Amino acid sequence: MKVTFPHMGHLWLVLKAALTGIGLEVVVPPPCTRRTLELGVRHAPESACLPLKVNLGNFLEAQELGADTIIMAGGVGPCRIGYYSQVQGEILRDLGCAYEMIVFEPPDVHFSEVWDKIKYLNRRPWQEGVHGVIMAWLKACAVDALEQEVQRLRPREASSGMADAVFRRALQELDAAGSRREINRVVKEKKEELAALPRRPDVRVLRVGIVGEIYTVLEPLVNLDIEKRLGALGVEVVRGLFLSRWINDNLFKGLLPLPGHHPEKTAPPFLNHFVGGHGWESVGDTVTFARRGCDGVIQLAPLTCMPEIVAHSVMPAVQQATGIPVMTIYLDEQTGEAGLQTRLEAFVDMLRRQKGVKAG
Amino acid sequence: MVVKVKQWRLGVPRALFYYYYAPWWEAFFKALGAEVVVSPPTTREIMDLGISLAVAEACLPVKVFYGHAAWLAPRVEALFVPRLVSVEKKSFICPKLMGLPDMLRAAIKDCPLVIDATVDLSRRPEEGLRAAIRDTARAIGARGRQVERAGEIARARYWDWLARQQEQGREFSPGKKEGITPGGRPPLAVGLLGHNYLLHDHYLGMDIAGKVTRLGGRVILPENFAPELGEASCRRLPKRLYWTLGRKIMGAALHLMEQEEVAGLIHLTAFGCGPDSLVGDLAERYAHRRGKPFLLLTLDEHTGEAGVETRLEAFIDMLARRCPA
Repeated sequence: MKVTFPHMGHLWLVLKAALTGIGLEVVVPPPCTRRTLELGVRHAPESACLPLKVNLGNFLEAQELGADTIIMAGGVGPCRIGYYSQVQGEILRDLGCAYEMIVFEPPDVHFSEVWDKIKYLNRRPWQEGVHGVIMAWLKACAVDALEQEVQRLRPREASSGMADAVFRRALQELDAAGSRREINRVVKEKKEELAALPRRPDVRVLRVGIVGEIYTVLEPLVNLDIEKRLGALGVEVVRGLFLSRWINDNLFKGLLPLPGHHPEKTAPPFLNHFVGGHGWESVGDTVTFARRGCDGVIQLAPLTCMPEIVAHSVMPAVQQATGIPVMTIYLDEQTGEAGLQTRLEAFVDMLRRQKGVKAG
Repeated sequence: MVVKVKQWRLGVPRALFYYYYAPWWEAFFKALGAEVVVSPPTTREIMDLGISLAVAEACLPVKVFYGHAAWLAPRVEALFVPRLVSVEKKSFICPKLMGLPDMLRAAIKDCPLVIDATVDLSRRPEEGLRAAIRDTARAIGARGRQVERAGEIARARYWDWLARQQEQGREFSPGKKEGITPGGRPPLAVGLLGHNYLLHDHYLGMDIAGKVTRLGGRVILPENFAPELGEASCRRLPKRLYWTLGRKIMGAALHLMEQEEVAGLIHLTAFGCGPDSLVGDLAERYAHRRGKPFLLLTLDEHTGEAGVETRLEAFIDMLARRCPA
């Protein structure tokens, strides 16, 4: 059995650690490229949301490398993610791809459904499997800690791209790391390397929060590296969505004491109910960012994403009440780099002018 | 104790779930002594009003809903926009319906009071329904026995209405031969799938049923046969469909594509409808595997009537050629 999974930002690093940890042979799909997107778009329903298309591209590319089993997440509504695997399965069947799909989702009838899948996959004694899962969790935390550092540095580094180069090396080393000590060493070393990078003197950095649907926020292929673009424009990016937090909120049900989302406290009165996906969190995070003094918020979503359309619709009320400017960007296979760059530049210019007015 | 209830003027937008629950709502509010104002059938003006207020990426039915609500806003004291989370166990409607009251408040200037009782029957259906009824009634100042009685009346009206719709369907039941069309052949049975708010809104949905009938087809709608038939077909799916409306469409599609007499299926959908983009695609795949013709018609605010007519004509012609009388 050669297992593969869909890409989502740096998720591959975490999943690879967990799945090899339980003794499976893992095929990491090739990094997302335009080809991945084109493959997915060719075979997926036209108006399906973007993650479904890119994931499908991942599966097709992983099959070329010999993968025969897909592991992915599902759900039970109301967001479309819960039915991805069904649609993708039928598409793959029509294409003649013999894939086995194992979908992890909240059980419909009984918890044993999830348990059976884990038992089916596990190839090692339980202690070793648990060790693998702990490694994966530590790697997720390490990636997130370093990425936050990089987000802070991007607008401040003397020549752009240096922090990202360090981060890329860090990812490789984390991937290879096999013990808790090694992971800690990588984090420590890379943090020092980042701290030693030459900075630009006297930059006036803007802070912009990124909210939205998790896939478009975390996957650089579909958001066209928006964080790097903003960094180059002198913007420090902050966001509420990180892999480790998402894992904590969804898999561990918020048991670990990490800062979580509490949209039920922040989103009302603008949005008073859960709306699936990350719609509620998007509104709540926008309010949080406004309170913390961010200069603006950018909301990202795949075109036709239902929860984010709800969030987008109530944003005018949030803007009016908190005074924070919000720009919503819908992404799909048609999104062009030049168009996105222009919109970002205009938004940042506007924020800079507003800040200047406020300061002067 | 009799509670004196103020005479409310309540606005009910003629869009989205009005087409599913209108009799229930109207009977309920009338029984509580409120005056119900329903917006007129969709027109170009109402649609344009909605398009100007809603975010561009919302689906057309939601935009039309905005239009109806905005039309009502200056004419009523309160708008009835329930937050429909779930109308049956373990199923949902659509995220947009869950956020609709908040979306309206953010979009409509001088928005009147919005009665947004949450309807969530996903966990405990009976308690959920009771809570929804209680909250709705409380918003207009009604309590106690009076509310229970109004609920009973509304429920009776609603079941009555559902039964009548199926009654009408029996006239259309597949297999029953009907009158001969001018062309000298029995009309082709065509299954028409889609949300009620598209199929029954003649302006928004472009009266596809009427067009098909005029082209010599005999339309079978999802509500024209017993819902259990569709549910039974859906149970064969590898995973339970968690959208109530999606399951209705899928059930109708699966049921109809198995009927020998049904010549083809038309799926009417709105651009940007999330559930339909997946459910429709699956239905189309299943239909193809069975060799049943399937036409997908996607509507948005730019859809021209002539284009739709041409596609329908071509489809019906193709069906006629496939099954010569």
